[in-house]
Amino acid sequence: MANPTAEQRLMNRRVFLSRISIALTTLAGAVVAIPMVAYLLSPLLKPAINVWVPLGTTDGFPLGQTVEAVYHDPSPVPWAGLTALTAVWVRRVTQDQFIVFAVNCTHLGCPVRWVPDASLFICPCHGGVYYADGAVAAGPPPLPLFRYDNRVLNGVLEIRTRPLPVG
Amino acid sequence: MSVSTVGNNIYRWLNERLGINTAILPVIEHPVPETDWFYVLGSATLVAFIFQVITGVALAMSYVPAPNSAYDSLQFITHSAVLGSLIRGIHYFGASAMVILVACHSAHVFLVGSYKFPRELNWLSGTFLLLFTLGMAFTGQLLRWDQSAYWAVVVAAEQAARTPFIGTWLVELVIAGQTVGGATLTRFYATHVFLLPALMFLFIGIHLYLVIYLGISEMPTPGDPVDPATYKERYHHLLETEGIPFWPDAAWKDVVFALGVGLVVVLLAAFIGPPELEKLADPSVLQAYPRPDWEFLWLFALLALIPPSIENEFIIGFPALIIILFLILPFIANKGERSPKRRPWAVAMVLIGFLSIALLVRQGEIAPWSPETNIQPLPSPVVENLKTPGEVRGAALYQNLGCQGCHAIQGVGGLKGPSLDGVGTRLTREQLISQIMNGSPNMPAYAGHVTTQQLNDLVDFLQTLK
Repeated sequence: MANPTAEQRLMNRRVFLSRISIALTTLAGAVVAIPMVAYLLSPLLKPAINVWVPLGTTDGFPLGQTVEAVYHDPSPVPWAGLTALTAVWVRRVTQDQFIVFAVNCTHLGCPVRWVPDASLFICPCHGGVYYADGAVAAGPPPLPLFRYDNRVLNGVLEIRTRPLPVG
Repeated sequence: MSVSTVGNNIYRWLNERLGINTAILPVIEHPVPETDWFYVLGSATLVAFIFQVITGVALAMSYVPAPNSAYDSLQFITHSAVLGSLIRGIHYFGASAMVILVACHSAHVFLVGSYKFPRELNWLSGTFLLLFTLGMAFTGQLLRWDQSAYWAVVVAAEQAARTPFIGTWLVELVIAGQTVGGATLTRFYATHVFLLPALMFLFIGIHLYLVIYLGISEMPTPGDPVDPATYKERYHHLLETEGIPFWPDAAWKDVVFALGVGLVVVLLAAFIGPPELEKLADPSVLQAYPRPDWEFLWLFALLALIPPSIENEFIIGFPALIIILFLILPFIANKGERSPKRRPWAVAMVLIGFLSIALLVRQGEIAPWSPETNIQPLPSPVVENLKTPGEVRGAALYQNLGCQGCHAIQGVGGLKGPSLDGVGTRLTREQLISQIMNGSPNMPAYAGHVTTQQLNDLVDFLQTLK
């Protein structure tokens, strides 16, 4: 191989320097970016929590009626405040049979309200209406109201939590 | 030394160090084609953005992004802080102004074909800026952390959940956990004040660089299509022969219009003020009436009006389709006619787009598909017309069962179902009974919920409505 001229040596040196600079900059970027992206994605890394939580003693739920109940998020952040609460609708069908509905309309998740006189759940967003058993009565909802698994333990009604989107 | 000599000396000192004469003036005085008033929309959007940054920084001095404090800190800003209401008002109306201006700017660029060669990347970076602006509008509304804000996050999560394959992951990323909670608000806050603004600064930089490097597009001439082979040469020839310095010959229009926008925003903020907050976000209070601000109300209305059968595809597919159309536009139509006079379809698309959004926002405000929850007493002529005890009982039942939520009598009641004026002559007794007992796709069936006696009373009452 012929000896490279001074100019060729300079060009080789420049190619080498720009490549090493780009490589090192990319590495430096990755060193910062990888932990940051992982931090942003961290909600995905936490396993889903489906635990039994109490809603209250069964005598708080009158027979044949639908009432609101509230449970606490099983793992709230310390500053969650009111947002650690989740509301549900509880219907006591018989002495020991309960239906616990998610409050979210199955259309887009707005909170349905129970209208006792009409015996209907009504959604304030797009006009979804459900019967007392959660079946769709009118409007756009594609599915009946979602239900939580429930059980009675030592006179306390419990449900198994489920994450958003409820369904 | 006279004042003007001191001034000259300062200028000379700065000029030697900043290169005002050699590097800055040539850029701001570069020749541009002469254009009309519609070309001010882009710079006005930028001015609105600067308004938002300044008032946003002021608001962030007092706003506390935590579920137990966000609402109170915003109430403090609105009602107690010196000039707080004005600042929040400017931020609120400035946001609306920015969304309107960026939409009009895109529409104008589309109509006059400025997105065509060589300005395809101007259009693409602008599309991203349009999306970021909408992202700012959405995340900003949530920071109020009132009932509407809270439930808007839930609705957004439910929509995100319909994304094929990654829906559930997407929800967890949006709400930063499994339920809307403490981590959700801080995530939206960081997105609104750091992430999106940083991206916007970056893309505004790219956008402005392109505007200066490629030049402002000349006014379109009908019958003079863009040909990538000759366009740049012809454009530079135009600048040499007819160009005017951007500053101040062209820029004065931008300044006048931006001043006008600023005045309108400040006057609205001073005299109307920011919107009152609703009740504090509380997941256990289910008496909520969630509505997005107008920027998203049209989408909200659209979701009520489309047939439920196409909903799953529509919720993700419709926004995705619009974004894809924006992104491919400069690649499928980057040459040819620019003038709107020769592009009737372009004009029709813009008109239909703006008209649909205006109509849908209006529909979203009335929400005729939603049952009325604020039940009013029956109008007195109806009550005076009641004779038998059955009719009176039926009228009371009509109220108690919530029929008024969907049906109006003499204008009192909801719009979801048909008005019941004259239903006593329109339908027979048997038809009324059948309708109440069996319902219809848009009306609940009341069989099993009313007794025979109640049903008779109700029909007695309805038959008085002649």
